[in-house]
Amino acid sequence: MSDPSLLALTLAEARDGLARKSFSARELTAAYNDAVSEIQPLNAYITPTPERALAMAEAADQRLAGGEALPLDGIPIAVKDLYCTRGVLTTAGSHILDGFHPPYESTVTDKLWQSGAVMLGKANLDEFAMGSSNTTSWYGPVENPWRRPGDNRPLVPGGSSGGSAAAVAARAALASTGTDTGGSIRQPASFCGIVGLKPTYGRCSRWGVVAYASSLDHPGPLTRTVRDAAIMLRAMSGHDPKDSTSAPMPVPDFEAALTGDIRGLRIGIPKEYRVDGMPAEIEELWQQGVEWLRAAGAEPVEIGLPMTKYALPTYYIIAPAEASSNLARYDGVRFGLRVEGDTLDDLYELTRAAGFGAEVRRRVLIGTYVLSAGYYDAYYLKAQRVRTLITRDFVTAFERVDCILTPTAPSAAFAIGEKTEDPIAMYLNDVFTVPANLAGVPAIAVPVGLSGDGLPLGLQIIGRAFDEETVLRVGEVLESAAQFRHLPSFVAGGGR
Amino acid sequence: MALDKATVAHIAALARIRISETELDPLADELSDILTWMEQLNEVDTSGVAPMASVAAAELPMREDKVTDGGCREEILANAPRTARGFFVVPKVVE
Repeated sequence: MSDPSLLALTLAEARDGLARKSFSARELTAAYNDAVSEIQPLNAYITPTPERALAMAEAADQRLAGGEALPLDGIPIAVKDLYCTRGVLTTAGSHILDGFHPPYESTVTDKLWQSGAVMLGKANLDEFAMGSSNTTSWYGPVENPWRRPGDNRPLVPGGSSGGSAAAVAARAALASTGTDTGGSIRQPASFCGIVGLKPTYGRCSRWGVVAYASSLDHPGPLTRTVRDAAIMLRAMSGHDPKDSTSAPMPVPDFEAALTGDIRGLRIGIPKEYRVDGMPAEIEELWQQGVEWLRAAGAEPVEIGLPMTKYALPTYYIIAPAEASSNLARYDGVRFGLRVEGDTLDDLYELTRAAGFGAEVRRRVLIGTYVLSAGYYDAYYLKAQRVRTLITRDFVTAFERVDCILTPTAPSAAFAIGEKTEDPIAMYLNDVFTVPANLAGVPAIAVPVGLSGDGLPLGLQIIGRAFDEETVLRVGEVLESAAQFRHLPSFVAGGGR
Repeated sequence: MALDKATVAHIAALARIRISETELDPLADELSDILTWMEQLNEVDTSGVAPMASVAAAELPMREDKVTDGGCREEILANAPRTARGFFVVPKVVE
């Protein structure tokens, strides 16, 4: 019988406990393996890997005993099932990758294992990371461990990194990897009451991560605290020659940036983020955030990001265009699902019809259309020009301010099935997160309060390119001020 | 922009996704709604603005032109649904 009290530790606390030998990596991993089994009803994991986890934990214990501990030695984490893991089923949440066992390891997960982290399993996600509710996975929807008090309807965990967020929130992983193309780390973090960090484009290698929209895809961590995000980010970052967009930049000690001192920092408050129909409680929480940062010595400054309202339609042209090209590789020939046909085109068309779900099909078709002859200039080039203007908005803003404070999402978690009828209503979930993807700048989501119906709400800090240190520092101040200590209704180990 | 059935059938053929006749009409409506929503970008004056493909440096890094990986045919073929004598198998394409 494993010790469930270990599940209450943060990643930083677990790291320190392992170093002090208060418990072994094997004990910690055993507790997490049990937690993964216990939260099975949430469907957060597609493929648990408990034996591999124990073997990795034993190797960590040997290093810890020998005084050669690595930065993440013995820390059990979940991996979004978009990261290729050598010899372990990798699905991208899609039927079309049936049975795919990559013969290689993604750069980011390889770095995590080289740092001593332990793989608990592969986390569920929206199919090919396309979605904001984790309801498009071939492996079924993920449930949010939170429920509205007195209401038994299962809620979405957000998406696309929904399994990664649910597992961390329900204490069935100390941290997880996610990917964020339009908000897919930050929005589920917000819905599940945890921290999600999208680094600068180029900070974490995309090599070995199943591609959705290559110019917008950002690997990053989901954790319970800002400090844990800093620790994870350091292990995941670094230049990778195998990704031509990976930045040859030194990796700072992000944890050392958490000084708590934000005196004199100028915090931009963009007036365009007051969108129609946003609940008053989110507006109030945002104001509260401004006051917290002011009380800590920062200076709030009203700024304009006039192109904000065009970020979503820009994103929903560029992302599907890139997706239609990236997903051309799923052809039934080299890996995954194959539906036989009389001709090669029949084979392609039948395989792709059977293998892609409705949302993926919709985006591939939209992408194909906006790239097709006669429409390329009107849609795709137009969107790329607007992207230039959106990025310019941020460059201009960062001449006056050090970072920007906004809400993370325009609502709390909603019920499974609630918004699935209208694709555009679903796309609006990403209204506050998409601009940072288009501009490639870092952003963190921090849980700061509960909605009137008892669900977590988050605020977002957006920073300058490659200045994750300021983003993390301000994020931690926000976290300390908010003192968010609420637990979801379903937590492994009973929340002890 | 309202897409008609024939256009949806055309882009589905370009995308190599088989779509049944009965699905074309509802799909045309759905895609038309999304395209109409996207057309709000036409309000933005982008004259003289260069298109942006990526935030990463415009110039791709260069490296020496030499083989850095390979020699793993069996590993690659292990994921293929059908193989024969070290090759992927597809329906006959040359008469």
